[in-house]
Amino acid sequence: MNYIEPHGHMVSRTTDDYERMALAGCQAICEPAFWAGFDRASADGFYDYFRQITEYEPKRAARFGIKHFSWLCINPKEAEDTKLAEEVIGLIPQFIDKPGVLGIGEIGLNKNSRNELRIFEQHVQVAQDYDQLVLIHTPHLEDKLKGTKLIVDALKNFPKIKPERVIIDHVEEHTIDHVLDQGFWAGITLYPESKCTPNRAIDMLEHRHAERIWMNSACDWGISDPLAVPKTMQVMRQRGWTAEMIQQVAYENPVAFMGQSGKFHL
Amino acid sequence: MSDWTPPSTVNLVDLGFMDARSKLIDLAAFLDRVQRANQTDDFRVQALTNAIALLSLNEPTRAKEVLLSFSDPSADPIEKATMQGAIGAYRV
Repeated sequence: MNYIEPHGHMVSRTTDDYERMALAGCQAICEPAFWAGFDRASADGFYDYFRQITEYEPKRAARFGIKHFSWLCINPKEAEDTKLAEEVIGLIPQFIDKPGVLGIGEIGLNKNSRNELRIFEQHVQVAQDYDQLVLIHTPHLEDKLKGTKLIVDALKNFPKIKPERVIIDHVEEHTIDHVLDQGFWAGITLYPESKCTPNRAIDMLEHRHAERIWMNSACDWGISDPLAVPKTMQVMRQRGWTAEMIQQVAYENPVAFMGQSGKFHL
Repeated sequence: MSDWTPPSTVNLVDLGFMDARSKLIDLAAFLDRVQRANQTDDFRVQALTNAIALLSLNEPTRAKEVLLSFSDPSADPIEKATMQGAIGAYRV
């Protein structure tokens, strides 16, 4: 069955992973800009990274018949250095019109600091100025609840940013209602230990009737599974989901959200 | 989604019991292990113990309540991030 991986950090995955995802039915992978596992020394590192995700990764994916799209930003883990962050934000306009760029992301918060919040708001301003979709990372573990509330509150200061053009990712049982009830999209991340298992994800999908929700693997350089989405689709089958409903979540929902960019063509 | 089709009824206990049983025994063994090592004063173990009590709730919101119990309850941003990772439980 076809599916879309709406959040995968393929720069840290092998070419074998592309092949396995293609064999599993993956039609498109969307790559938000993120932390490389270490702090980059200068904006030049981000310039090269933006070239990698907007020019090179689409070619690597195309070898397996997979479309590749990307999102641009400096991630919140490196946002405490506001000078660096502002320099990186200054690079975004050079790349924003590339054909596979869907919007600004994954911006957000990490430790919920004032500097992270300031840089988050600067990114949202760029999204507003360039009429871009927004993909938001919410903090990990004990910081997620507070960070999600701060993010939702901050977005209210940008009246031109429509909630239906924003996805707030990595929701869990204690944050999903807050996100969806404000009109945003929500992303559920299937990731070992620190995020969601397939069964928990399906519980939340059933609780919210799968409306305005996508699921992703967020596969990256950590212990993670690029096939987490198709494996969850298999668990959905075991739990009595119809093929149509599985397809709605794994394919149609990502298409509905990212189609708003005007660039998400499969 | 206006055309939500609920999944057909399946035996969720058949599907999930062995996995849940295994995880529960692993949790019990973890608590035994840290107790034998005299490490039960660690705030993370305390947080885990507090969260386990929430499993006795009689509402289908246990996962949410457990997550809330591990969460930072404050509302204001911190002045500066002094670390990049998260621990998994809020240190009171």
